[in-house]
Amino acid sequence: MASFWRNTRFWRFAGQAISVVLIVAALGFLGNNLFGNLRQLGIQFGFNFLKSQAGFTIGDIPFAYKPSDSYNLALLVGLLNSLRVISVGIILATAIGVTAGIARLSDNWLLRKLAIVYVEGLRNAPLLLQLFFWYFAVFLGLPSPENAVSFGFISFSNRGIGLLGLQLSPEFSALLAGLTIYTGTFIAEIVRGGIQSVPRGQWEAARSLGLKPGLLMRLVIFPQALRAILPPLSNQYLNLAKNSSLAIAVGYPDLYAIASTTFNQTGRAVEVMILICATYLTICLVISLLMNVYNRSVQLVER
Amino acid sequence: MLIAENVHKWYGKFQVLRGVSLTVSPGEVVVIMGPSGSGKSTFIRTFNALEDYQQGRIIIDGTELSADLRNIDTIRQEVGMVFQQFNLFPHLTVLQNVTLAPTYVRKWSKAKAEEVALQLLERVGILEQAQKFPGQLSGGQQQRVAIARALAMQPKIMLFDEPTSALDPEMVREVLDVMRSLAESGMTMIVVTHEVGFAREVADRIILMDEGLLVESASPIEFFQHPKEERTRKFLSQIL
Amino acid sequence: MNAKSKTPIAWLQRNLFNTWYNSLWTIVCFALLSWIAYGVGNWAFNKAQWEVVTSNLPLFFVGRYPADQVWRLWLVLVIVVGTIATGILNRKRRFLFILIPVCVLSILWLIGGGFFLTTVGTNLWNGLLLTLLAASISIVLAFPIGILLALGRQSSLPILRGFCTIYVELVRGLPLIGILFMAQVMLPLVLPSQIQLDRVVRAIAGLVLFNAAYLAENVRGGLQSIPRGQVEAAKALGLNTSLSLLLIVLPQALRTSIPAIVGQFISLFKDTSLLSLFALVELTGITRSILAQPEYLGRYAEVYLFIGLIYWVFCYTMSQVSRKLERKSI
Repeated sequence: MASFWRNTRFWRFAGQAISVVLIVAALGFLGNNLFGNLRQLGIQFGFNFLKSQAGFTIGDIPFAYKPSDSYNLALLVGLLNSLRVISVGIILATAIGVTAGIARLSDNWLLRKLAIVYVEGLRNAPLLLQLFFWYFAVFLGLPSPENAVSFGFISFSNRGIGLLGLQLSPEFSALLAGLTIYTGTFIAEIVRGGIQSVPRGQWEAARSLGLKPGLLMRLVIFPQALRAILPPLSNQYLNLAKNSSLAIAVGYPDLYAIASTTFNQTGRAVEVMILICATYLTICLVISLLMNVYNRSVQLVER
Repeated sequence: MLIAENVHKWYGKFQVLRGVSLTVSPGEVVVIMGPSGSGKSTFIRTFNALEDYQQGRIIIDGTELSADLRNIDTIRQEVGMVFQQFNLFPHLTVLQNVTLAPTYVRKWSKAKAEEVALQLLERVGILEQAQKFPGQLSGGQQQRVAIARALAMQPKIMLFDEPTSALDPEMVREVLDVMRSLAESGMTMIVVTHEVGFAREVADRIILMDEGLLVESASPIEFFQHPKEERTRKFLSQIL
Repeated sequence: MNAKSKTPIAWLQRNLFNTWYNSLWTIVCFALLSWIAYGVGNWAFNKAQWEVVTSNLPLFFVGRYPADQVWRLWLVLVIVVGTIATGILNRKRRFLFILIPVCVLSILWLIGGGFFLTTVGTNLWNGLLLTLLAASISIVLAFPIGILLALGRQSSLPILRGFCTIYVELVRGLPLIGILFMAQVMLPLVLPSQIQLDRVVRAIAGLVLFNAAYLAENVRGGLQSIPRGQVEAAKALGLNTSLSLLLIVLPQALRTSIPAIVGQFISLFKDTSLLSLFALVELTGITRSILAQPEYLGRYAEVYLFIGLIYWVFCYTMSQVSRKLERKSI
């Protein structure tokens, strides 16, 4: 009894207690400061301000929105804009990445080198810079719509991308181009690694059954590579979703950009912060959940 | 059925095959033995172009194995192969493993492929496991599935590359039994193995390879009882 | 199946024209490549005006740092190169624990001034100088926090573990721009009002909070790769928990996570470009003031390509070095 300080259970309990005290003290200190500072600034915490008139115009709108509408509605526009660029971005980035990843393993020397230059060249420069480049140097530098650069069903001008009668704004186009081409480089490396992780024996067995290269890839190698590809791939999807918040750099009104404007107009730091956190966490959570479900469906059954 | 003439192969500077010739007639069962590193696995892997070779000729069922992709495709359809490490496709069920090539290469209907596959699985004694995944089977069962998978393409020749070397001793028998009945059914087989009992009972001819050369080719009785070559005697003294 | 010959024509045939679809690919790639090469070449030699880069070189590298004090930065460069060289050449790494903090302090003193040197305010720390400084300081500060978070997440104390897990997962679910926003706006609110933090300091705090969470995951990966037998052996030898952690587990875990940590540093280096969105004048931010000069209006492509090249050289070098390290450790 005398040597309770040598008892492991005592130390476990003490460690627990110390960590609780430290965490509570730190949070209490920060919270106390926060309330003190807010009181000093005369701000009352609450989300009621969201119902007041926003008063700013938004470039890209998925539905009828006017400056006299509320912050709530403005933020909804932002959310929908974010979701739009994220979902289209994920699809395009996957297509680009898978193509480049397979090209890196091609037995054609030129194709292989081209893929390496793309991957190594673009993943080593900041995405933000690439976005600036796409927006200011490429899209705003293109000719006006009358002299658009046209390839059949798709045309490029300083008013963005025209696709079968659909006109995408230059802001959306630049953001989409930057996000997909940047994320594509990472996906390419993941796909290459995944394909290389399939044991040699599988290639040999498939070849000895007479499967041709295309079928061999589609039926035997790719389904197995998918097991190695999916976990890091879902990480890249999360990165793309988070990086879409760089939209503000090219003036595309996504969720973060509109939340930031809201903060500048109202000074409601805490509330805006909570909104940003909650939305991005939810988006990320939904993406990981979907990917987990898909991932589980391709995992191997053993035992 | 199979003619290999003077086959040479180098890995960089190292010569693995130094002019090996072999002729196998229909229905014949040829067992290739030899110490590890003698080139016997490499040799049979040249028969379905898993390994290329630099000199010589290989003709299978009248088709010459050349760089022509169409010939490679034809030959691979006629030659079945069973690997040491099974190489089943882990993401497909046993049944799917067996029906894959017939459906996509032979373009059989799904119904026909499955019917044939189920017959083969019954023949190798794994019918009840058809819906399981390879990871759920024992090594011996996996290897029997691999044999069924190769047979599903109705090959004219079957190659076995040390089919029992990766198995636990108690599972070797079940695989050898399947191979024995296959030989009795008249299949042309080339088997690389260390299983002396199997060679003695089943082989029509036994070949000894060493250092990339074909040392001796004889009937089982002569091979085991009156070997002509010194190297064969030395090899037999090591394994018997 | 002929013998492999090494003539250029045979090489072309084997690598570019071995099948009909490969020949097709070769032609398509070649057409694409010549189209791009023509466009880029034409632009670079005929249309582009590189004067915007050549006449602003000092601005890109040190920004508005007083010209008569730039010798201090050269000295810093010498110290950094010297430290790295001794670190690589010297077998005994133990003294680095003393050397690195001394270096960091003297570098900060040289850049910032005070004590016999003219003070240079953080608003004059610009360009590549600020980029490098922000990235290195953030990684150095984030590293210990990351290790503690990783250990906390592996701890047997549920409350500590829960807290660390929540922190790491929360931060990893948020975009960096949100964290930097929080650091600029929220940090002053949650600290006592007497403490006034500089914009640069707040930005670095944001980078540290962000990277600590990612480093924690890298280190945790390393921790999990250590076989149980290692801890058991250490315990059997009589080492207590903290000793076995310090002497057996951490050294091995850190070694296996080095490539991941270098990767994290590379993305941190690229991420510093986000500071430009918060009115900091690092390498990306300085382009704004350069492009605002009336004689260089609209010269976006030249400027962005140039600083893109600077970022690229740094990141590519680091990734190649880390690849070498990885290969060596295997």
